[in-house]
Amino acid sequence: MDIFADQLLVFVMLINFVVLGSSRMTMAIRAVAVQGVVLGLLPGIIHHFSWHLVAITVGIILAKGVIIPWLLFRAMDRIQIKREVEPFIGYVSTLIIGAVTTALAFVFAAKLPLAPEHQGLLFVPASIATMMTGFLTLTTRRKAISQVIGYLILENGIFIFGLLLTTAMPVMVEAGALLDLLVGIFVMGIVINHISNEFSSIDTSRLTALKE
Amino acid sequence: MNTTEIIDPAHIIMTGAIFAGLSGVPGLFPRLGATVAQKLATIIACLGSLLGLGGAIVVAVSGMTEHLVLDWSLPFGPCDIWIDPLAAFFLIPIFLVSGACAVYANGYWPAGKHPGTSRVLGFFLGLLASSMVLLITAGNSVFFLISWEVMAVSAYFAITAENEDHEVRKAGFVYLVCTHVGTLALFVMFIVLRLMTGSFAIPHAGTLSPLAPGAAVIFFTAIFGFGMKAGIMPLHIWLPAAHANGPSHVSAMMSGVMLKMGIYGIIRIVSLFSPIPLWWGVVILGAGIVSGLAGVISAIGQHDLKRLLAYSSIENIGIITIGLGTALIGMAVGHPPLVIMGMGGCLLHMLNHSLFKSLLFLGSGAVIHATGTRELSRMGGLARHMPRTALLFFIGCVAICGLPPLNGFVSEYLLYFGFFNGINGSSIPVFSTMVLAIFSLALIGSLALACFVRLCGIAFLGQNRSSETGALHDAPLTMVAPMALLALCCLGVGLLPLSAVHLVEIPVLAVFPPAMTAGKNISSIAPLAWLEACGLLLTLVIVAFIGLYLRRLKANPPVPASTWGCGYLQPTARIQYSATSFAEMLVHFFRGVLQPRYAMPRISGFLPNTARFSSRIPETVLEGLLLPFMRLTGLVFSFLRRLQHGEPNLYVLYIFVTLVMMLAWSY
Repeated sequence: MDIFADQLLVFVMLINFVVLGSSRMTMAIRAVAVQGVVLGLLPGIIHHFSWHLVAITVGIILAKGVIIPWLLFRAMDRIQIKREVEPFIGYVSTLIIGAVTTALAFVFAAKLPLAPEHQGLLFVPASIATMMTGFLTLTTRRKAISQVIGYLILENGIFIFGLLLTTAMPVMVEAGALLDLLVGIFVMGIVINHISNEFSSIDTSRLTALKE
Repeated sequence: MNTTEIIDPAHIIMTGAIFAGLSGVPGLFPRLGATVAQKLATIIACLGSLLGLGGAIVVAVSGMTEHLVLDWSLPFGPCDIWIDPLAAFFLIPIFLVSGACAVYANGYWPAGKHPGTSRVLGFFLGLLASSMVLLITAGNSVFFLISWEVMAVSAYFAITAENEDHEVRKAGFVYLVCTHVGTLALFVMFIVLRLMTGSFAIPHAGTLSPLAPGAAVIFFTAIFGFGMKAGIMPLHIWLPAAHANGPSHVSAMMSGVMLKMGIYGIIRIVSLFSPIPLWWGVVILGAGIVSGLAGVISAIGQHDLKRLLAYSSIENIGIITIGLGTALIGMAVGHPPLVIMGMGGCLLHMLNHSLFKSLLFLGSGAVIHATGTRELSRMGGLARHMPRTALLFFIGCVAICGLPPLNGFVSEYLLYFGFFNGINGSSIPVFSTMVLAIFSLALIGSLALACFVRLCGIAFLGQNRSSETGALHDAPLTMVAPMALLALCCLGVGLLPLSAVHLVEIPVLAVFPPAMTAGKNISSIAPLAWLEACGLLLTLVIVAFIGLYLRRLKANPPVPASTWGCGYLQPTARIQYSATSFAEMLVHFFRGVLQPRYAMPRISGFLPNTARFSSRIPETVLEGLLLPFMRLTGLVFSFLRRLQHGEPNLYVLYIFVTLVMMLAWSY
């Protein structure tokens, strides 16, 4: 089973590069949705069957694969933005940095003092690489929607790490993380709308006008 | 816990808290009309109050300790809920005042006039009440802090209901900063406590040693953090503006109940230690004296009705703290009467203050409702236009001045009794602190009398100072009824001190280990039966006097004339004593503390032009000390502003760099 999980994780890491390299928003949102669905399947694969697990899987797939992408598409329709025009760092450079951070994630994960049963699994490096991708997207893109996508990827990275603990993770923490995610997206959605109303663009670099 | 009972009081209290917390929830549904939502909130909140009040009184009088365990899957240990007599005693004002305020809101803040904010206020007032119940009963420090924070934040939203006003936003901001600084101190305190005890559970009374390392840190952070909430001078800076700018029933909740949470915290934390060092008692007594004196002196100079009441809250918190300090000194030197009377005075004054101060704030709301202003110098003659409110307000004023036969007298009497007991046969340091306390309390009492004579005289007597008197009306029944209830409670405590003391007695004994009180209690030390008899006699005399006066009034109807006419044939309302001139002598006397600012025109020559005079009492600590310091700090650290450049992408980078650095540090 672990081999199949590892393959899925490799898939997740490949999706990271899709997001980093795509300038079209639709593509990036779809990629994140697919990543969310894959991540939703993962706990079902690595843990034994229980109704609790089914509930988690369904909840995650619904939230990450359906509701959040739908919200993002709706926001995109409303503000009529299709592309990330000029990121702070170009696509090729971002891809290279992404590759370097992914490699570093593997090096770093090998050095972490993990529990013996977690050593040699792809979970930790995949988690760190995904978090790095999230950070990279957050820092290099200008448009507010791209930043929401970055935030989502960051959450996905945290989620992969949490997978190692799912059975021990109390329900409250799971619910909290999911709620956090949804609320975050809602807030970002509101912020995006307000930015576009106020500055007639969702370029976050215009926010400098707000500083004292 | 008594297993023979089918329904135990702890569950009743918790049900009451849940009712209170949920009371505002219907208002969150926009489909439901605002008026219906407000009516629903009132009904639910009143139900909750009745339930909680019943449970709390049962626990406080019976002296049993109720224990519930809330199973939460958080890594801070089990969430214990302890309802001991002390906690139950603090629950009484919470439930009483929150119920009264819920009813009052219907008249004062009708949903028809404020459709949006009435929902917000209903929700946050309910949350405020239930979070206070939870923090009082919390036996786990994390649970305590969560409830504490919910309380602080819901009070913030309640204060800033009218947030389109600049003053309101400013007051809310100062409050928010202060409350979080206080919470920070509490975090430090609970961390040190955790290091001492090894668990997040709040330990039992008298189990810690004050000599242990960290005890002094706990003491000072508790005084700072809880004192900030209670409004002990000089930590009171948020209090006047927040009380003045919030809606009146919010002010009543805050002053009547929320400030007491700070007092509760100090009592609870200090009671963990045994034996109490003498200097702890002296520090708390000193803080109380400073707070009481400075509070009442500042109150005298205020022009704003609600600011005046807010400063008077600081004064009363001072009196409560004096009581606590006296009890601690008694513990340190082993003087049981001092412990009992100090603690009894402290707790009873706490209850009394929440009764009469809520009454006064609700009354001020009625006045503001009628006149549309908080300025004392624009009021006058209101007793003629709103007799019911005036009578209830007058009862509150007499009570707060500590005059018999009302409740303020009983608690201050207990304190004086304790002081004079402490003077008998004690060492020189205790003797001198007791003498100091007697003088301070006497001074506070007399200045409070002057302050409230001025308030009543300027607002309710004489003639109205503003031209538009046509719109003046008495408050509707929904506002008068809660005020009347509180006034009745004031009268009840004042006329039946024996039963009132019965309510306090067990909580007093429960705070500290029984050895400290040597088997004595309040009624065995103080001649309360005499007090009760004298109170009744006095009431009879007052009633008889009023009856006689009314009869004479009927026989010789009065000739209407202006009160402060001074022989003028054509007096105007502006000739009357104004709020400023009445207080002038005392303000001048205390000008060193108050630093009054005058804008005085120079008048020269014959037939001068129109000139205006104005005076203002600034908030000395905030405006004179803290704001200049903050401005200086802002200047010195202005280079840090460059970090805040408005680029969200770089902000994320900051987070990332911090994370990497922390990883590297721990790795």
